[in-house]
Amino acid sequence: MQTVKMVVTGPFAAGKTEFIQTISEIAVVSTERQISDFTSTVKSSTTVAMDFGRITVDDDLVLYLFGTPGQKRFDFMWEILAEGMLGFIVLIDSTRSETFREAKQIIDIFRSYADTPFVVAANKQDLEDAWPPEDIRIVLELEPWVKVLPCVAKDKESVKTVLLELLYTILESYDHN
Amino acid sequence: MALKGRLRDISLTQLLNLVKLARKTGALTIEGDQGRVELYFKEGKIVHASLNGDGDLARLLLKFGRVREHQLRTVLQQLSAPNDRELGLRLINAGYISRNDILYAIRRHTSDVVLKALSWEDGKFHFEPNKPPPPERIVVPINLDSIVLEGDQRQKELATLREELPDLNVALRFTENPSTNLSKIKLSRDEWRVISFINPRNTIAQIAKYSGLDEFQIRRIVLKLMRNGLVEVVGQPTGRPRPAQAAPQGVGAGAPSSALSSGGAPSSHRPKAPAVEKNVVRRLIKFIRGL
Ligand SMILES: Nc1nc2c(ncn2[C@@H]2O[C@H](COP(=O)(O)OP(=O)(O)OP(=O)(O)O)[C@@H](O)[C@H]2O)c(=O)[nH]1
Ligand SMILES: [Mg+2]
Repeated sequence: MQTVKMVVTGPFAAGKTEFIQTISEIAVVSTERQISDFTSTVKSSTTVAMDFGRITVDDDLVLYLFGTPGQKRFDFMWEILAEGMLGFIVLIDSTRSETFREAKQIIDIFRSYADTPFVVAANKQDLEDAWPPEDIRIVLELEPWVKVLPCVAKDKESVKTVLLELLYTILESYDHN
Repeated sequence: MALKGRLRDISLTQLLNLVKLARKTGALTIEGDQGRVELYFKEGKIVHASLNGDGDLARLLLKFGRVREHQLRTVLQQLSAPNDRELGLRLINAGYISRNDILYAIRRHTSDVVLKALSWEDGKFHFEPNKPPPPERIVVPINLDSIVLEGDQRQKELATLREELPDLNVALRFTENPSTNLSKIKLSRDEWRVISFINPRNTIAQIAKYSGLDEFQIRRIVLKLMRNGLVEVVGQPTGRPRPAQAAPQGVGAGAPSSALSSGGAPSSHRPKAPAVEKNVVRRLIKFIRGL
């Protein structure tokens, strides 16, 4: 049986757990913990180890989705999670521009591990204060060929579209070689 | 779709870059410690700016010395409601000013406001798409590139100025034997105004306040006077606690103040092909489509 892995990353509270939960066939195995410090104004629990979701294609192909933990002190896990991934998705909370700089740093770090295909998902587009994907692209200074997709992590069709766009990007990467 | 945030997270340089590249139309409002700046854009160009609601033509023409007060008064009396276009036309028809005087005053004002806002390290901003400038104002489209470039240079120069003159809570006095004769150097109106306030009881910060100059302007002028050997620092004015000076670092609040580039240098390569069969990717696509 073959397993492939994709990583879902992004700043704290971007919607990584939500994204994986929406598409995974198993309940997401995540290590959530109540937040007691100042970040609890954003939400009440955070992923402390990682999220883990699964999509079984058939008897001999399974896709695993790994979500990186949101808090900085777990950064050491990133490289371990990134090992052997087929591609990665960077989720951004489009309503919180104070996290954009961090998102940019995360993108740069993941790109430095390997030349792996990736897409950026401008999440929470259902909220009124969301920055449009194209504006986020400009502010993050992303190259024209990097896909910046609108996303609502609670919505299955939206999550499917993001995953598919990443897969198309992966498919295209065969042709560049 | 409102663009909202804080300048400490996304610098004004980044925002102006966004406005330019996305050819945006609308109003950007920034609320900072020093007041409220409104910038209006049309298709990526700035067309009007105001700081705390200023920017009316009468005041600008006076401020930049383009018109006399009595001329202005005569014409203003004929206007029923404030309307800069009407005012401008009448001033031109009366032969008091030319069209270029108006353009000069408005352009200079717009870039002054943007430059001031560019020096702010924090402030709340929001962008309202398609909001037009106040109807009574004359709009003059200006390219953002040159203003942002100047803002960038100013930030760099300011860092140098802060190094040379770290503390603004000190007073100045005229040197006993100036190496340069006052009459030999050319001084601007602002510089003369600063000189008129020099006195061991006034700190540089106070002089700036009295003469309506911002940090960049006052530092530049005082250093020019010091370099010419005209003035020197007296030391602490008596009986005044020494407030901590704003840290010289933190210009642009850590955000890369990239000049108006075309959106970042493209990285040299695209991703390598993954280590699985192409067919595996196709199977994944097919499956997820059907979910
Ligand atoms: N309105 C809206 N809310 C969302 C969306 N995606 C996530 N959220 C909410 O945003 C909050 C954070 O989502 P999480 O999935 O916990 O974020 P996370 O990235 O896993 O957070 P950490 O693991 O702590 O870094 C939760 O309250 C979600 O319900 C979305 O698309 N729209
Ligand atoms: Mg999580």
